[in-house]
Amino acid sequence: MTSPDSISGAANQADGSGGPLGWLESQRNRLIVLSVMAAAAMLLPLIANNYVLEVMSNVWFYVMLCLGLNIVVGYAGLLDLGYAAFFAVGAYTTGILTSQFGVNFWLTIPAAVLFSCVAGIVIGGPTLRLRSDYLAIVTLGFGEIVRIIARNLEITGGASGLIGIEKPSIFGFEISQIAHFYYVFLILAVLACFVSYRLQHSRLGRAWQYVREDEDAAEAMGIDRVAVKLYAYVIGAIFGGIAGCFFAAKMTAISPETFTFQQSVLILLGVVLGGMGKIPGVIVGAFALVLFPEVFRDLGSSRILVFAIVMLVIMLYRPEGIWPAKKS
Amino acid sequence: MALLTVDKLNLNFAGLQVIKDLSFSVEQGSIASLIGPNGAGKTSVFNCLTGFYKPGSGRIDFDGRAITRQRPHRITRRGMARTFQNLRLFKSMTVLENVMSGMHCRTRAGAIGAILRTGSQRREEREIREFCESCLEFVGILGEKDRVASNLSYGTQRRVEWARALATRPRLLLLDEPAAGLNFDEKQRLIGLIKRIRDELDITVLLIEHDMGLVMKVSEMITVIDYGRKIAEGNAQQVQSNPKVIEAYLGREEDEEP
Ligand SMILES: Nc1ncnc2c1ncn2[C@@H]1O[C@H](COP(=O)(O)OP(=O)(O)OP(=O)(O)O)[C@@H](O)[C@H]1O
Ligand SMILES: [Mg+2]
Repeated sequence: MTSPDSISGAANQADGSGGPLGWLESQRNRLIVLSVMAAAAMLLPLIANNYVLEVMSNVWFYVMLCLGLNIVVGYAGLLDLGYAAFFAVGAYTTGILTSQFGVNFWLTIPAAVLFSCVAGIVIGGPTLRLRSDYLAIVTLGFGEIVRIIARNLEITGGASGLIGIEKPSIFGFEISQIAHFYYVFLILAVLACFVSYRLQHSRLGRAWQYVREDEDAAEAMGIDRVAVKLYAYVIGAIFGGIAGCFFAAKMTAISPETFTFQQSVLILLGVVLGGMGKIPGVIVGAFALVLFPEVFRDLGSSRILVFAIVMLVIMLYRPEGIWPAKKS
Repeated sequence: MALLTVDKLNLNFAGLQVIKDLSFSVEQGSIASLIGPNGAGKTSVFNCLTGFYKPGSGRIDFDGRAITRQRPHRITRRGMARTFQNLRLFKSMTVLENVMSGMHCRTRAGAIGAILRTGSQRREEREIREFCESCLEFVGILGEKDRVASNLSYGTQRRVEWARALATRPRLLLLDEPAAGLNFDEKQRLIGLIKRIRDELDITVLLIEHDMGLVMKVSEMITVIDYGRKIAEGNAQQVQSNPKVIEAYLGREEDEEP
């Protein structure tokens, strides 16, 4: 058997052109980095103050949203400009069911999954048959429609939204403090990574890649491109829906203005910025998305401008995203 | 018995009649060819057969059932596989991953199976891998299985396409100019391969080809078309001596490849 050293040595040699992250190719280095990061993520609440925990919860939350959208955009290559709609479906499902019908929080999750699924099929079913540009327009419209409906219905609390959403509890333990929610969102982010990884490396994940690279060739190989895209769209919707449930529980109040077009674009930005289709890239993107405005808080309102400029520069010099592409 | 029957097929593109009243059939277990000068409409016939073009009128029966105007993936599922005249590989994926695309329609694991890595999902992945490796071995490029498709030589890329088509477990294989761009050696091996596909895998083969030497060597039945119309049909000898065929080819000699 080869020793671990010779394995990493060989791997390092194999990618002379590996760039700054080449050493990550080695299985052992990767494990070390992963365990250090996992330990840091788990121990953070012991040393961090509430502000840091709030920001980091937000990071994990966006990791989940971005990974969900990544299935649609990164894996299946579909441009979705209304992803916040699914996030809204989840948040309002939990909000309405807990605050107005007294349903237990955990039971609202399957309901949110069901509603996101139905919304995904209703929107995706007809449009995914058309050329991909149509999807961008239809999803954009869908995102706005969901927000406007939420603004105008009584059950959704109109423009002021819903308040008094119950905090969930598990085995009699109430999830109420920010540290608790930090762990909840950390677990969600890890689950989202896990599910994304498994999907990516499966028959379905390959099918997404075939369709993304060459739709006609994929059809010729017996792949139903509409079904495969719909699968991606609906799974992405479910990610968004579940994230929305927990978002509502954490905030205890939601309003339609959380689910604007800007929100959809932000999530999309996280996916594209880090590198579409690459899980570590999307995580980096979500971090950048949340941390950048926080770190540059001192710049005041001009920080959005700086953010936009940084983004432009990154997209110009690394159109594939921050995370380096896998080499052949 | 005919595996494929084409009856009075017509195809128009904005007034241009690309296929005119074309009828022919391919016998189960045979090696057949579709030939004709450049622009005769050969690739268009393949596109109609595989569902990429919707013929204006006519009927296509495959394996005893009508497949006219069905969507491409359904036709592939029925057992008709094709290669493309211009390579259409999944360029950034490995050779093995490319071939695995063919097994997609013969397997069923979905999202839940993938997330939970259930026993049946893992078994299926193993079967896919093994079968695709056997396809690669059959065309003689198993050693290249982990290379990225776009880095391969043209001849090897062609073989990936053949392996990928074989991985759909077809009953009929359509090859669109399989010899184009191949060198002499590779062409010789292609002749052997086409015969092995029929003899060992029991797959009927229909090919479009400009290399007449190759066509005459492998085909048992040849259909010649010109301007989308059938002008001759028969075995190699009958076709070669048919004056209409000679005229179609000689009349447009300047179009032919050197
Ligand atoms: N999608 C299309 N739209 C318009 N015209 C088309 C289309 N596909 C094919 N044609 C036309 O149909 C005719 C036949 O084309 P086709 O590709 O079937 O010929 P071919 O016999 O395969 O030729 P070659 O030997 O050069 O491959 C050509 O005149 C071509 O321009
Ligand atoms: Mg052609």
